[in-house]
Amino acid sequence: MVSPRISQKIAFTVLFALAVVVIAPIVVILFVLVKNGISAINWDFLSQMPRNGMKVGGIFPAIVGTLLLVFGTTLFALPVGVCAAIYLSEYAPKNRLTRFIRLSIVNLAGVPSIVHGLFGLGLFVLFFGFGTSLLAGWLTLSILILPVIITASEEALRAVPMGLREASYALGASKWQTIRRVVLPSALPGILTGAILGVGRAAGETAPILFTVAAFYLPHLPGSIFDQVMALPYHLYVIATQVPNIPREFQYGTALVLISLVFGINLIAIIIRYFYRRAKRW
Amino acid sequence: MNGPLSENVCSNQRVRETPLRRLLSKFHSFKERMIETVILVCGYLSIAIVALIFIFLAKEAVSLFATENFFEVVAGTEWYPISEPPKFGLVPLILGSLFVTVGAVVIVIPLGVGTAVFISEVAPNWLREILKPTIEVIASIPSVVVGFIALLILGPALKSIFGLPTGLSALTGSIALAFMAASTVISISEDALRAVPVSYREASLALGATEWQTAYRVTVPSAISGIVAATMLGIGRVIGETMAVLMVTGNAALIPYSVFQPVRTMTATIAAEMGEVVRGSPHYYALFFIGLVLFIITFFINLIAGMFLHRRT
Repeated sequence: MVSPRISQKIAFTVLFALAVVVIAPIVVILFVLVKNGISAINWDFLSQMPRNGMKVGGIFPAIVGTLLLVFGTTLFALPVGVCAAIYLSEYAPKNRLTRFIRLSIVNLAGVPSIVHGLFGLGLFVLFFGFGTSLLAGWLTLSILILPVIITASEEALRAVPMGLREASYALGASKWQTIRRVVLPSALPGILTGAILGVGRAAGETAPILFTVAAFYLPHLPGSIFDQVMALPYHLYVIATQVPNIPREFQYGTALVLISLVFGINLIAIIIRYFYRRAKRW
Repeated sequence: MNGPLSENVCSNQRVRETPLRRLLSKFHSFKERMIETVILVCGYLSIAIVALIFIFLAKEAVSLFATENFFEVVAGTEWYPISEPPKFGLVPLILGSLFVTVGAVVIVIPLGVGTAVFISEVAPNWLREILKPTIEVIASIPSVVVGFIALLILGPALKSIFGLPTGLSALTGSIALAFMAASTVISISEDALRAVPVSYREASLALGATEWQTAYRVTVPSAISGIVAATMLGIGRVIGETMAVLMVTGNAALIPYSVFQPVRTMTATIAAEMGEVVRGSPHYYALFFIGLVLFIITFFINLIAGMFLHRRT
């Protein structure tokens, strides 16, 4: 029988080792991407159209495509998500129906991204006749990130102390006035954090855009919301597995740009959250 | 101080109701009702979307059985969608998903729960402050990037370590997915461990138990339903993951006999084949049927995870 002290030492060492095993791949991924990708990144790579079957030139349309997807998705998902959160936090009664709404949100969050893609194809591309287009991609990605925005916004709204609402009611404000002028402004940083995290997710997703918006190779920018666009994650998939003889550094460079974009978006969220926690008035 | 207060009193004294004022206040309450209706609709929207997803998948999936026999699809062992006649046996794909998922879960449970215990019970504060955001970073890495790195580095590494004919196998997929699911398992398990009252730990320590004995005899058992929920959600994430497995599992739609063989999962099949399929063909409906199966599987996994999470509170 080992003494409890020694078995504790062994156990804690093992736990530490497990944590290291979890962390190590991130370090490896970032190291490999930066080491191999940095040489590909220059102004031409970022600002030029791909040429010659994507073997020469840059990834400009893919960057623009991903930014367009991200902005449009936010435009659709943010108002709807915040309204849903307001309903759950301020209006929803405690009954079976509300529990059912919550269950739906949890399940929506768990729907595989490729199934979102199938749904987007069936509903937006074919049934509504939007075709493979920006609009179809926006709507599909909006549904994908809706649960993220709802959950984060509701949490932010619930964190606003009851006293602020009561003070507003006591001054004669109506329920909506209270929400609009008191609750929402106080919860805004939290809502923004959640929205940005959702947006970061949308920027990196490939499966939902496969059949709804992404173009394999399209060396010009979209002219309307019914056009296809190239997108960074799909472009990486294409040049890594679908087209032979793409220079390795193009693949690493694209991956590096994609991950920088996603991390950049997340970093904004983290910074907002940091200042929010420091500046909290209650 | 005096000014605004007296102004307020004045405005509260508007007893005289002119028709214009009545109209204005009617307009305001009408506007509020409109806004509140919009909010209500958005609140219920999630239910509608989930229902719509199910209906759409089911509608297309059912059309498959106009031409195909249900049992030949569900129990068929051959997936040859473009041969003549086509065969839509799902068994190889289901087994592919099962192999990859079981492998990933076997890896991620000890790693994830162990790391969660380390973060919540062992790590000093400064280390925790480094580890927690790093774990969050894992969740934000796009799956196509994980697939890319696994394709170029993990695959060749496993190939030379085990002396395999190819590095693209169920095992490669399992490892990549375990890494991706780790953040889900760790975050939710850690929340569950944190939710265990400090008094439980103090009582155990006061009885002379070491910190490790307290962790595995008291804290972990108290948090077990949260940990189970975390694992379930991790499984849900793994089953639904698409791009990474599409890139690294080799995509052979054959019945696998070992984790070192290439497999093709249900998700990868949809992603790889939907682009070239003719709309309204049996193949198209078959891919929607796979989507429906995935939807139902993840639905129940989330349901069970939700039940375990609720039990905790």
